[in-house]
Amino acid sequence: MPSIVIIGAGPAGVRAAETLVRAGILPTVIDEAPASGGQIYRRLPPSIVRDFKKVYGFEAGRARSVHRAFDDLREQIDYWPDSAVWSAHGRTLGVITKSGPSELAWDRLILATGAMDRVIPFKGWTLPGVYTLGGAQVALKYQACAIGDRPIFLGTGPLLYLVAYQYAAAGVKVAGVLDTASAGAKRGAIFGLFSGGGMFLKGLYYLAWLRAHGIPVISGVRPVGACAGPEGAVHELEWRDARGSHHRTVCDSIAMGFGLKSEAQIADLCGIPFAFDPGQRQWVPEQDSDGRTAINGVYLAGDGAGIKGAAAAELSGERAAHALLHDLGHAGSAGRIKTLNRRLGRFERFRRALDEKAFKFPADLAASADDELMICRCEGVTAGELRHAAHELGAAEINRAKAFTRVGMGRCQGRVCGPAAAEILANSLGVPLAAIGRLRGQMPIKPLPMAAFLDEAAS
Amino acid sequence: MPQTAHMQGQFRRINATDRPKVRCTVDGDPVEALTGDTVMTVLLLRGRSLRRFEFGAERRAGFCLIGVCQDCWVHRADGTPLRACTTLVEPGVALVTKGAEDA
Amino acid sequence: MRTFDVAIIGGGLVGCSAALHLRCRDASVVLLERGQCGSQASGVNYGGVRQQGRDLAELPLARRSRRIWAELEALVGTDCEFEATGHLKLARSAAEMAALEEYTERARDFDLKLERIGPDQIRERFPWLGDAIVGGSFCAEDGHANPRLVAPAFARAAIAAGADIREGTEVLEATHDDHDFELRLSDGATVRARQLINAAGAWGSTISAWFGEPVPEDVLAPNMCVTDPIPYFLAPNLGVCGGDIYVRQIRRGNVIFGGGVGVADRDQIKARPLADSTAQAARLAVGLVPRLETAQVIRTWSGIEGVMPDGLPVIGPSGTSPGLIHAFGFSGHGFQLGPGVGAVLCELALDGATSTPIAAFGINRFPITENVAALRGPAARDRSAHERSTQQYKGPILQQTMTKGETTWFSLLADAFPERSCFSPAWPLAAP
Repeated sequence: MPSIVIIGAGPAGVRAAETLVRAGILPTVIDEAPASGGQIYRRLPPSIVRDFKKVYGFEAGRARSVHRAFDDLREQIDYWPDSAVWSAHGRTLGVITKSGPSELAWDRLILATGAMDRVIPFKGWTLPGVYTLGGAQVALKYQACAIGDRPIFLGTGPLLYLVAYQYAAAGVKVAGVLDTASAGAKRGAIFGLFSGGGMFLKGLYYLAWLRAHGIPVISGVRPVGACAGPEGAVHELEWRDARGSHHRTVCDSIAMGFGLKSEAQIADLCGIPFAFDPGQRQWVPEQDSDGRTAINGVYLAGDGAGIKGAAAAELSGERAAHALLHDLGHAGSAGRIKTLNRRLGRFERFRRALDEKAFKFPADLAASADDELMICRCEGVTAGELRHAAHELGAAEINRAKAFTRVGMGRCQGRVCGPAAAEILANSLGVPLAAIGRLRGQMPIKPLPMAAFLDEAAS
Repeated sequence: MPQTAHMQGQFRRINATDRPKVRCTVDGDPVEALTGDTVMTVLLLRGRSLRRFEFGAERRAGFCLIGVCQDCWVHRADGTPLRACTTLVEPGVALVTKGAEDA
Repeated sequence: MRTFDVAIIGGGLVGCSAALHLRCRDASVVLLERGQCGSQASGVNYGGVRQQGRDLAELPLARRSRRIWAELEALVGTDCEFEATGHLKLARSAAEMAALEEYTERARDFDLKLERIGPDQIRERFPWLGDAIVGGSFCAEDGHANPRLVAPAFARAAIAAGADIREGTEVLEATHDDHDFELRLSDGATVRARQLINAAGAWGSTISAWFGEPVPEDVLAPNMCVTDPIPYFLAPNLGVCGGDIYVRQIRRGNVIFGGGVGVADRDQIKARPLADSTAQAARLAVGLVPRLETAQVIRTWSGIEGVMPDGLPVIGPSGTSPGLIHAFGFSGHGFQLGPGVGAVLCELALDGATSTPIAAFGINRFPITENVAALRGPAARDRSAHERSTQQYKGPILQQTMTKGETTWFSLLADAFPERSCFSPAWPLAAP
């Protein structure tokens, strides 16, 4: 019986597991979190009891479906929660579990590693009280806490409106929703957005609700800078509107994000080639139309291989499992893959309209960072140091810039600063973003306690 | 910064407070948390930062809350590092947010 | 087409240092680097800058190099984070302690001062050491630097001084036409030079084989790890007898440690660390410095280092081709030597001799058999042509080649020990 491993128990990983179990294959599912659901359908800690609909809102139906699907199969499969994959070499994974380090050999591997917020630094972005949109959402949903009394929501993308709505609906005094995307761009994308069906309608609902409740929603914004109050935490945001007028909005917290970016470090360690997606302005691991990669036996699913959204993640998880089944000789998968691809095609169109037209990534904001602005928050590397490396030290691509400036050498391995650092280097050198390359995943893909290795010796 | 009994924290509880309490300490002070709180929640309900940035005077209070930015590492009193946003508070844990340089 | 005085193959620390030193004496220099300067062994190594513990034959070169390290800021415009916080070599047994003491004695002959620290003092001096340590030897002059910065800094200084350094340019073929060396490059260009320095690191043996002197160069992938920043406490660069673990902390707080090996593919120019080696190195590091138990590994890396069977580099004039000078195979400990080797290569090229003893590193210690002689391609020339061409050189480099007697002696050895790999005609060397 071949060893089939799925990394990630979010919507993609869950549907992949479900599809395999239906076909009589029992995979191992490894997930860093203590429970399934990934980020978007993250399950509450056992002791927190809340109204399901209140927590997941419009997504409650999907969340319930994903949770149930996994609960139904978890006794049948080999489930490793609280387990972090830190290395991948050949066909072996290094995993840190609650009881210490472990190794897992695989014959087939489905990577469903999800995504994180994409961030653009602005003055004051490292102040206490500034979080990502996803972070603000997790605080609210998972911990029943608001990131502050008076948050500003800043950035662009559907998540901006969703999280702002969730906070306001929970009774938090939202100081404003500031979208860097222009009103014109959003209007112009309307036809593409139609293909999103229910998702598009939800977005319109959130927008209407926010407006109806008197929360300022502004388009075409550029943040100028956040400053700190006497306690050293964020206390005011200065920003420019589309006409260029400056405003100051008092706040005690800021939730910011500019779309999502794939978590693809394990894909990198597996040796999967990456391609630059100019629409998404990011590097993504390459897959064929069915989720196969150039590495034999490795498949990709969900947002970990390019941002498509939660609904698409469920479909691509199922598709990857079908590709795997097909490759194992199972009949019937080819037809289902065709159906899934038709549905995924619609999501693709919606996603393109969303990411490339309506809520375009404001690359200009990233590239125009002041020299003094800290870009790498782990190592404290400024935009000026990056430009200096490009112009005085001959760093023509990001790994060389990393060697010279330490950008990306911190604990997060460049997850947070990578996109902005690349935009600054490309803009500074006058070359296309793709020419700057990408920061590589290195093992351990997340900080690994020295103590974990000692356990190994003891056991 | 003087510690007061009703310290204003960064985070605010919205609801779901009907849970068993958990006792722990933060920088030596006794703190009452709720089961299911992450270490980050415990720390940021009572204060506005978690740790000192290694390469400057600024303090940090976490950022992504999903365990990817690595900006929320705090320690137990025995030196063990904890990622605050993904670690649930355990009874009796002695958390440290200030190093010797902050004393 | 202009003819450079010297062409250098390889933009690591050795090549870039040679380029700078040559420019300081007005020689025209072209350096060919197929990747980016300092991106191979020079950039991925541990970063130790130490004289202590070297094979005694390396000490004169290491001492010379150390003098250059002291002047780095003046020479290349940055100190590359070099700090002489000392090198502390630790013993974990009485036998190892005795070995350290013996080395201390012998190192005196080379003017290297080492301080014995016995069991009674070692923990007083260095309270953070683990229990297994019985003592150590401290070299106050040694220390560490940031390997990612050094070779690029030398390259920039060389360029500022007028060197023609071409990154992204591979040398596809190198030949000699009785006048000059001609290098055919990957961008279609050709360069000509009167002399050629082979500083191609782990690929130095490929170059030497082009000129009929293949040598048994293997590769080694060091398994390097770094922790997140923790409060600074560990000043000296730590090593142990046996070399299974080495640890240093930078001022920012990160602790860099290494031990064991990763995997390297010389042909694909790829290397990676191994999880098992990392685990073992972490265990050894915590054993050495228990305080590291609360640190976290945040990154590991590896690279490709050229290794010679006797652990000594190949430095010196070619045994087959006048004007060709080798400097490669630093066997995992070339970082500290790099600046000094560049100075020596400059002297060899321009003066035909160097004041620093390098006889122990001669390429001829790996003799060529008759079988291999047949492999000599265009680089092979008869003795008379060789002598004729030397008239064009600036100095009498013939001093460094073998005498007729030596040639006979090595041939006898080849016949007597046909099973020795260095005599085998099965080169170029396969990847491990």
